[in-house]
Amino acid sequence: MTRPEPTPSGTAFPGGWRRALEEGASRYSYAFLDESAKREIRRRILKAIALPGCQVPFGSREMPIARGWGTGGLQLTLALIGPEDVLKVIDQGCDDSVNAVNIKKFVGRVAGVRMTTDTRAATLIQTRHRIPEEKLDSGQVLIFQVPIPEPLRLVEPSERETRRMHAEADYSRMWLYLYEDIVRYGEITVGARYPVMVNGRYLMDPSPIPRWDLPRLHRAENLFLFCAGREKRIYAVPPHTDVEPLSFEDFASRVERFPGRSCSRCGAGDSFLDEVIDDARGLRSWVCSDTAFCEKRRTRNAPPAEAPGGSR
Amino acid sequence: MGYVAVKGGTAAIENAERFRELRRLAPGVPPPTVAQVRSALHLAVDRVMGEGSLYAPDLAALALKQAAGDPLEAAFILRAYRTTLPRRGATLPIATSGMRIVRRISAAFKEIPGGQVLGPTADYTLRLLDFELDADPQAARERLLRELRAAEAGPLPPELPKVIDLLRREGLLVESRSLRRAPERLVDATREALTFPAPRSARLQALARGETGGLLALAYSNMRGYGSVHPVIGELRVGTVPVRIRRPEDGGEETIGEILVTEAEVIARIGEGEGGARFGLGYGLCFGHNETKAIAMAVLDRALDSEEPSSPSEDEEFVLTHVDGIESMGFCNHYKLPHYVTFQSDLDRLRAIRGGGAAAKGDGRDEA
Repeated sequence: MTRPEPTPSGTAFPGGWRRALEEGASRYSYAFLDESAKREIRRRILKAIALPGCQVPFGSREMPIARGWGTGGLQLTLALIGPEDVLKVIDQGCDDSVNAVNIKKFVGRVAGVRMTTDTRAATLIQTRHRIPEEKLDSGQVLIFQVPIPEPLRLVEPSERETRRMHAEADYSRMWLYLYEDIVRYGEITVGARYPVMVNGRYLMDPSPIPRWDLPRLHRAENLFLFCAGREKRIYAVPPHTDVEPLSFEDFASRVERFPGRSCSRCGAGDSFLDEVIDDARGLRSWVCSDTAFCEKRRTRNAPPAEAPGGSR
Repeated sequence: MGYVAVKGGTAAIENAERFRELRRLAPGVPPPTVAQVRSALHLAVDRVMGEGSLYAPDLAALALKQAAGDPLEAAFILRAYRTTLPRRGATLPIATSGMRIVRRISAAFKEIPGGQVLGPTADYTLRLLDFELDADPQAARERLLRELRAAEAGPLPPELPKVIDLLRREGLLVESRSLRRAPERLVDATREALTFPAPRSARLQALARGETGGLLALAYSNMRGYGSVHPVIGELRVGTVPVRIRRPEDGGEETIGEILVTEAEVIARIGEGEGGARFGLGYGLCFGHNETKAIAMAVLDRALDSEEPSSPSEDEEFVLTHVDGIESMGFCNHYKLPHYVTFQSDLDRLRAIRGGGAAAKGDGRDEA
C-alpha cells in the first residue's frame, strides 16, 4: 500500500519491477494482472469501502492458481501491491502452510516484493481463515480469501433472493435460524463463518475465521478487505467500523473456549489453539494456530518447550 | 513431509512438482509432440479450447500434454493464460449460414435443402476396440482417401439454408423469450459478474464456456424427465466460419482467420402463448467439434426459457452458476486444503452441544 510518489521522470517503480521483469516474468504485466484489471478492482474496493459489509460484484479474472484456493484474495493483493510493500501470507494462521508458500512464491515472482512472517512488519497480509493474534495498525491491510461471500447462503441458495434480502435489510430468516438452533440444541451451532452485522446495516460473512477472531474486526485501526474470486464479490470493513456478531439480548454468541489449555510451544494461554493428536502416545496437545505469534513469544521468552510430536 | 509443515513447505511443494513432471516422462517412451497431440487427439483439443474459452489449437494441445491428458486441468491452464491477454476489440457477428460445412444433419426432416451431410462421425461406428489401430498409418490413410474419392458426390454449395428458417417462415417458431424482450446490451461474463436474470448474451457465453460433462448432466436430467423439453434436433452443423473485424482506420471489414465450431438448433414445443402452441428454439454453439456439448447447450438454452421453472435445469441461476468446469473443479479440490481452524471451531460447537448446551444457558456472555 505504501506507494512511492512518481518521480519527475515518470518512473513510479524504481528498481523492483524492472528487475522482476528481467528475471523472466517479462511476458506478464507487473503483478500479473493487466493495468485495466487492476484499475477495475481498485474501483470496486473503493466502492466496497464506501458501503461497509456490502458485497460488490466485479469481473473476477482467472488466476494461475485454482478457483477456491485464494484467487479472490490474490487479485486484491496483486491490484494493491507495489514494490515497496512487505507481504505476509498465512493459511490457517500458518506462514509455512503449503498454499501460503505457493501464493508467496507466485507474488514474489510477479511483483518482486519483500516477504515477511512478522505481522508487525507487513504492509499487506493475505490470509485464509485467521486474523493474526497481534494487533494491526492503520498502515496495514488485511486481505481475506473468501470461499462463500454470502452469509445468507445458509438459509437461501438463490443469489437473486439474497440480493433482495440485503437490499431490504431483511435478515429475519438468519435470526430465525439462530433462534431455532438455540431451541433445538441449547447452543448456536455455527462454528466458523459466524454472521456479523457491519455498521448496523449489512449482514456479512467474515470468511471462515473462528469466532475467536470476530472481536478483532470491531472498530479496528486497519482496513479489512474480503474477496471471493469464484463468486466474484469484493467487500470491506473500513477502520473504526462497528462489527457485531449476531447475538440475542439473552443469548450472546461466544468465542471458542480452550478451558485450562495453553500452547505447548510458547505457553500462551490467550491465543487460538490447534488441537494436535499424537498417534503414538494417544495424547493430545495444543499449539498456537498463529505460528509467527508463537515463534515471537518463544524467542522472546524462556527456553522453548519441546514441540509436540517432535519436529515434523 | 507434513502437509501443513511448521517449516519446509517450499521444499515439499517443489518436490511435488518434480514427482508430477517425472510421471509424464516414462523411460524409453518419448512424449508426444504438440503437433501429434493436436492431430491425434483433436477432439480433446477442441474440448479444451471450448472450456478454456480460447481458440488456440496449438496452445490447447500444449496444455493437454502438460496436463498429462486431463481436460479439466488443460482447460484451466488455457484460461489462466487467456486472462493475461489484452483485449484488442470484438469481432463482427458471424452468420453461421455461411459456414463451410464439414457435417450437417437434421433430425426433423428426412430431406432438407442442400441434403444431409454426415461428415466425420462415430455415430454409426461399432465401438469395438481396434487391436490393429495404426498398424500401418500411412497405408491406412491412402486407402481411406482412395475410397472416399471413389464415392465423392461433388462439392457442397458455399451456403446452405438453415432448416429452422423453414419453420420460421411458416410462423411455427417463437423466438427465445429473452430475444422477445427489449434489446439488451452485450455482456461479457469474463469482465463482469453475472447477475440474474442474466441477459441472453451472458447466458450463452456461460454455457459455451461450460464443462461438457456438467452441461450434459443437467441437460440429460431435463430430457429424462426432470424438466419438460422434448427436443428435436432441427439442425446440427460442424464447420468453419470466418472471423471478421472492423478495421479501425477506414471502418472496412477484414477477415482475420477462421474457426471450427459446432452449432446445434433444438426445437421443442412451447406452451400456449399468444397465437396458440408453437415451437421454441434452443441454441448451442461451441468451439471445435463437440456435438454432445452443443446439443446439451441448446437443450439448456431452451429449458431456461421455461415460463415456470419446475426443475433445476430450468432454473437459470442454478444452471449458469454450476456449469463452469474451472470453478467447480477448483472449489471441489480446495477441500484438500487444511481446514483445521474451521474444524476446531466446529469441534468446539459440537462439544458444547453434546456437553449439554442447556447447561451453558445464562452464561452466554462469558467470553464474548
